[in-house]
Amino acid sequence: MNLSLFIIIVFLALSLYLGIRSRKGKEMNLEQWAIGGRGLGTIFVFLLLAGENFTTYTFLGVSGSTYSLGAPMIYAFTPICYIVGYWLLPPVWKYAKEKQLLTQSDFFASKYNSKPFGFFVALVGVISVIPYLVLQLKGLGIIVSEASYGAVSPSAAIWIGMLTATVYVTISGIHGSAWTSVIKDILMFIIIIFIAIYLPFHYYGGIKPMFQTVGTVKPEMLTLPDSGNSISWYVSSCILFALGAYMWPHMFGASLSAKSAKVLKRNNILTPIYQLVMVLVLFIGFTAVLQVPGLKGAEVDRALFELVKRTFDPWFVGVIGGAGLLTALVPTSMLLMTAATLMSKNIYQTLKPQTSDQQLSRLTRILVPILALVSLYLTFKGGNTIVALLLMAYGFVVQLFPAVFFSLLKRNPVTVQGAFAGTFIGVAIVAYVTVSGTTISTLFPQLPQFIKDMDIGIIAVVLNIVFMLFISLITRKMNAVPRLKNETRLDA
Amino acid sequence: MRKLLFLLSMVPFVGSLIVINRTDPFVLGLPFVIFWAAIWVVLTSVCLFIVYKLDPDNKEREED
Repeated sequence: MNLSLFIIIVFLALSLYLGIRSRKGKEMNLEQWAIGGRGLGTIFVFLLLAGENFTTYTFLGVSGSTYSLGAPMIYAFTPICYIVGYWLLPPVWKYAKEKQLLTQSDFFASKYNSKPFGFFVALVGVISVIPYLVLQLKGLGIIVSEASYGAVSPSAAIWIGMLTATVYVTISGIHGSAWTSVIKDILMFIIIIFIAIYLPFHYYGGIKPMFQTVGTVKPEMLTLPDSGNSISWYVSSCILFALGAYMWPHMFGASLSAKSAKVLKRNNILTPIYQLVMVLVLFIGFTAVLQVPGLKGAEVDRALFELVKRTFDPWFVGVIGGAGLLTALVPTSMLLMTAATLMSKNIYQTLKPQTSDQQLSRLTRILVPILALVSLYLTFKGGNTIVALLLMAYGFVVQLFPAVFFSLLKRNPVTVQGAFAGTFIGVAIVAYVTVSGTTISTLFPQLPQFIKDMDIGIIAVVLNIVFMLFISLITRKMNAVPRLKNETRLDA
Repeated sequence: MRKLLFLLSMVPFVGSLIVINRTDPFVLGLPFVIFWAAIWVVLTSVCLFIVYKLDPDNKEREED
């Protein structure tokens, strides 16, 4: 066993220990298991929500995409989703606490007084989180395999990682994720700051010399291009990201675990500063541009490890690998838990309303290993389908935003039929354009370039809202959503 | 008051979406396009902190 692998195993054991121990002293009913009994303070909520920025995507994707795209990756640290979160999450939390809701689908079902709508949202949620889960597992395989110098195959790493996450999620629920995220974020923070500053100084003599050298050899990498990943692409992608960031079922669910609405406000104040670490991840990608030339396609995801393996001793590569392993385990555990809760509470219980809370709690935990096996199957057999599914998933979750937003207004102009129709149309458009590879450019080739570069998801959201309001106008007289007294609103 | 605070929070929202697409001048060693994007990350935190402190909703709760 090499030293690097030994260090990775130590981190794996530590995460398993923390994950299981976090259950101590807690009576684990479904509310405690899924959202920590609504008792998590600023630090844990911060780590669960802000820590979601540090996934395998941060470790491999951002550095790899910077390696291939350059400046357009400023998209990775856009802070505008936290402005949306600052105003959106507190009223959502208050409403969920008032109604004792546990999941995102509960929120939709309650706000629109429709369990079938909650069922539909749960289906969209599960379909969205599975590819995201698979992405984490694929990242985990790359990280452990690279950091162990090939001593562990990606497949073996994925099995071991998934087994670890499954064990502590089943036993401890969100508490396991929260405690593991403490060590993950401390470790990631220190490692990224160190290697992102060390690498440019080691190879170029500083950060400015690095950018100047890259600018001399590949000047196009330091600005956004006139077409493709242009300014209009950046703006439209940032807006979609901002609207969708908290619409992921696991992010929405994690926000319900907060102790108070103020915890969520403070969280959204602090998190942008945390995002600055992403700027440092860009440094790693820019350093690799000239030091590890020639990586193409999926190989760019290995840019970070190619660079650190030729720079540092094996023991330090092991520490980086251990941190990378944790960045995969925490989101994996959150996604597993969210998908299991959605399936039991919002899908199974909708079909079998007589299910007791105790049966539901047991079923949710049984679903965790089943979902883990489904994810493993898709990881090994899904091929490129997963990439398409993941792109689709990002588009899907944004489509949930209009129905949430309208439901928090003083007078909700949207009926359940309108919410259903708009969300369904949005989801259908996203599915079609992803499968067919349609872009604004292919639909309307005669339009100006800046419009053609925009993310087509914007069109799906706009049509979603138009249909939502139009159908609501028609159906309002039939059965408007009854407003309850003192309901929590955006302007309350 | 809350509408004013909401408008204040929209300053970094709009600012973040404005791209100054140029390399020079380098600031803190960063090409200007990256520095400009990063500075709005900090300003978002600052603006939201001001909004939080000025929001009467939060003050009442603290007194309670």
